[in-house]
Formats: sequence, structure tokens, C-alpha cells
Amino acid sequence: MADFKVPELTGEIITPKVTLGATSGIKPFPANAELMGKVGFPAEKSADWKVKFLAKMGDILKKYKSVRVFLDICVRCGACTDKCHYYLSTGDPRNMPVYRQELMRSVYRKYFTTSGKLFGGLAAARELSDELLEEWITYFYQCSECRRCSVFCPYGIDTAEITMAAREILDSIGIGSKYNLAIINKAETIGNNLGMPGPALRNTLDFVEEEIQEKTGVDVKLPLDVEGADILLVTPSADFFAEPHIFSLEGYAKVFHQAGVSWTLSSHASEGGNFGMFIGNYNHMKTINKRIWDAARDLKVKRVIAGECGHAWRVLYSFSNTLNGPFDFLDPNYNVPQHICDYTLDLVKKGAIKLDKTANDDFSVTFHDSCNVARASRIGNEPGGQFTIPRELINAACNKFVDMAEETIGERTFCCGGGGGVLTDELIEVRVKGAMPRMQALKRVKDSNGVNFFALICAICKAQFTKIFPYYGIEMEEVGGIHQLVGNAIVLGAKEGV
Amino acid sequence: MPTMEFEGKTYEVDEEGYLMDWSLWNEGIAAEMAKQDNLELSDAHWEVIRFLRDYFEKYQIAPMIKILTKELAKKYGKEKGNTKYLYELYPAGPAKQACRYAGLPKPTGCV
Repeated sequence: MADFKVPELTGEIITPKVTLGATSGIKPFPANAELMGKVGFPAEKSADWKVKFLAKMGDILKKYKSVRVFLDICVRCGACTDKCHYYLSTGDPRNMPVYRQELMRSVYRKYFTTSGKLFGGLAAARELSDELLEEWITYFYQCSECRRCSVFCPYGIDTAEITMAAREILDSIGIGSKYNLAIINKAETIGNNLGMPGPALRNTLDFVEEEIQEKTGVDVKLPLDVEGADILLVTPSADFFAEPHIFSLEGYAKVFHQAGVSWTLSSHASEGGNFGMFIGNYNHMKTINKRIWDAARDLKVKRVIAGECGHAWRVLYSFSNTLNGPFDFLDPNYNVPQHICDYTLDLVKKGAIKLDKTANDDFSVTFHDSCNVARASRIGNEPGGQFTIPRELINAACNKFVDMAEETIGERTFCCGGGGGVLTDELIEVRVKGAMPRMQALKRVKDSNGVNFFALICAICKAQFTKIFPYYGIEMEEVGGIHQLVGNAIVLGAKEGV
Repeated sequence: MPTMEFEGKTYEVDEEGYLMDWSLWNEGIAAEMAKQDNLELSDAHWEVIRFLRDYFEKYQIAPMIKILTKELAKKYGKEKGNTKYLYELYPAGPAKQACRYAGLPKPTGCV
């Protein structure tokens, strides 16, 4: 099914030999002039692109001191070289984090440092050229901004931040990724990444209600735009469209139903994801985030809960306060915002909902830590809650759980291979290959524990693994959300002793 | 911009062959796209394409697969109401192939 070699599943992650240019031909589809214009970028590359490029880069260096520091402090120790899933699976040295950074660092030296200005190539400085631009377009879209390399960097250099800055510079000279910009345009004009208008959303929610009714005999509602509800749920729009995402949506609805709370979704903020972050564009990130903020205020809710989406959680948890101000109108007695796993686990612990683990006895489960949750945020109030809370919840919902190898989970988790704005079909080769380290770790627990349910709390991870599992000979149905397990196990109906 | 020729007319398509303007679609275009994939459209294929068109015209988006399979089961019999059946008709997948033949844009997002 593939016109490239799919890595063999051996259970081992072996550092490959270097093959320069192994993935040099793989680039994202460009956004056309119309789309570029719609999202406020120049329609196309102009003759004076170098001037614009350096102006934007200068702006970024002034505004984001972190980027400048990251460009200055690398000592080329090499600790990052074998930490990127794309390097480990392609052998292309340009996928080593230090080289990826070097694509920007060499330009920085040439135009922003004295030694580079004076000594040029001798000081590892590079002039802007069409060739360099092609390398940027290629390799800054072969980074999923997962930040695994930064965990191992003794200086904490964050390649993701450099990638984001690079994409922002490319956009500013008229070179954009069709996939990312189409999504941003839909989120800002229609309300979600899918481009699903309100009536279609309501139709889908009616369908999900019908499904739950048929399967359980219980009338579980999925309310939309209900003013005065206690809770606003913000979730990735994939939850309204794709499998297995939709099964987690059923799970959330059952949890709210059984907890007896009033909740609502919003057609204005029918998307948790925020692709503004992936392209490093502050204004788009702010605009997309504001929809959530506005929806919460307009619907007069007391709490905002985020569904299973990795980068949505990062933006809400880490950036929302500084983008659009604090959610100071929400009830401070609860975590603001709160992750759905935190919310559900709390209900289980209080005994407010009951889970029947035997409902998941057909499954042997493992958990994949999604990068934006694992390395860029926290869940709950304790350090490391983003690792313990999802696992506690899984263990409350099923009898058989096993973790993958320690060096591949927690803060050292491997990316799914499709995060950070690369979840698009023209990049399928790097997506399939990039998943290799995770697939090897999975292979080991499949062999040792018969794992057949790969639990996730990220819409991108779900879509990515559903797509690439078959390349590795694994059924796509083995991918699922934590709230899919919760939805299977939750005991609906009258509560005992309440 | 890539294009597709049909009956003397030129239609704009995207890099993956999806029609750029869904309103220009006609049944002949679907048949032509299928022909290029060495596929002949049967009544069963058309049942899917027509439902996708109707749903899109009403909601401006393709239905999720489950809505499609349930509708097929309701209208044409239980044996047609599953994803496996859809993949038999459209080996490249219902979204990639059936939506494309129906002239619908490719779904975007984390799907």
C-alpha cells in the first residue's frame, strides 16, 4: 500500500546511518494566492522576498528573546541528534534537531552577528537563496513541534519554537502550507477546523444522541448553545466527524449525563484545536482562542472543560491567559480550565459516577502520552498530573493496563508522527516513518501483554494512528480515546444511595 | 492549478484531484473520475454518491462515515450499512474516493 519502505516492526529503536537528503523531496502542498490572502499573508513570493524575510526575522528576534537565546547558545554537543522520531526513522541528518535549528542559525549568523557578517561561510553563516528556502520549506514541515529533543538538550533549546518562527517567516514572504492555512481559515470563519456549520453540527449531535439511545436505551443529550449551562465543553471538531474520535464524544456526554450536570457545546467555539500555534502566528492563535473565551462569557457558563485534544490543551492551559486575559468570570473553585480526564477521574473518586471495568475486558490497554499534554502542560494540580491522571482514569475503566517502555513514555514520549501541522496526506511518508519509534514500543507490549487498545487523548494522534496502523499491519480499530473506554464502562441509570 | 478535462470543458481540481468548485459537478464528471481509476460506477456506487451530494447540499459538509453507513442500511438494506462494504466499493476509502467522485472538497482538520 505504500510506495516507500515501511519500517519493519522488530521492537527495537536503532539509530540509523546518516543518509543526507533521504526525505528532501517531501514538502507540504503550498497554499494558493487566494487562501494566503484570506488569512492575511502575501499572496505569493515577491522579487524582494529577502528584504521581507530579514525584516520578519529581525522582528521575531526582538519580540521573542527565547528564539534569539536558542540561536545563540547551542554548543553542538549532539545530545539531540538521535532523539527526533523523524531522524530515527529516515536517517536524514537534516532531521536531527541541531541541523534543523542550523537552518535558521546559519541565516542568523550571516545577517545578525558580527562574526557572520565578517567571515561568512567560515563562521558557518549562509546567505539567503532559493536553495536555502527549499530546505526551510521541506524540513520545517518535517518537524512536528513535539519538543522531545528539548528534554535532552542540556540548555533546553526548544526546536519547536524555532520551527514555529521559521513557518511564520515563510508565511510572511508568501509561502504557506495549504493544510494549515485552510484549517485556520475555516476555524476563524466557520468556527471549527472541519468547516462544519452550526446546522450540520446539530444534525451530527442528534445522530450521536440516537446512537447512544439505541445502544444503551438511555436518553443522553448533547446540548448546543445552551445559555446558563454550568459547563462549556470545548473539544476538537474531529470528535464530531471521525472515528474513533466520536466514541470519546459519546463518553463525555455519558459522563455529564450521569453526573447530572448542565453542560453545553458551542457552535461559535466548536473547536478546541488552534493551528495558529503550529504556524507560530500570534494573531491567529489569539483570534482562534478568543472564540472560546467569548463563547464562555456569552453562554454565561461557570466552567470550561477541554476534551481530548493535545495542542488545544496546551493553548488553553499555557497561553490563553496571556492571549485574551484570564477567565476571571469562571468559578474559581474549579480548575480553570479543566481537562476532561481530571473532571471524570474526580467524579469516579467521589463516587458520583460508577465504572464497570469488566465492560472493557476484551481490551488489553496501553497509553500513548501525547506531546503537547506531556511536555507543554499539566493536568490537575500536582506536578506530573498529566501522566498520572490519564493512567488512573484508564485503570478505573479497565482491568488490563500496561505501560510501554519507560524511555518512550512520560516526558520522553515519542510523537505520533503527525502532530504540529503535518497531518496531511502529501507528507504521508514522513508520517508513517515518523511513527516508527512509537510503533516499536507498542510492538513490545503487544508481544508481552497482547495489547489491543491504544488509548489516546489527542485528536491528531487518533487520526494519525488510525491512518498509519494499517501500514504496520495493525487494525485501525485498535486506536481509541480514554473516554471511549469510560463510555463503555460507565454505569448509566439510577444512582445507588443518591 | 491542475485541471481535469471532460466533454470539452476544463475543470479546476486540487493537487489530489478534488473538484475546486463543488457546484460545477455533474454525474458525467463522477463517471470520468472513476474511469481514470479503472472503476466502473454501479448502482451501489451511485447510492453512496447521491447521498453524499444530498447531504452536502443541505449541510455544506460531508457526513461522518457513520451517518452514511446508517443511512445506507436504512434505505438499501442492513448488509450495506458498514464501513467494510464502503471500502469494497471504494478501495481508497469513502472520504478519498467517494467524496472526490461526488465533487465534494476533502475534509480538513484532525481527521
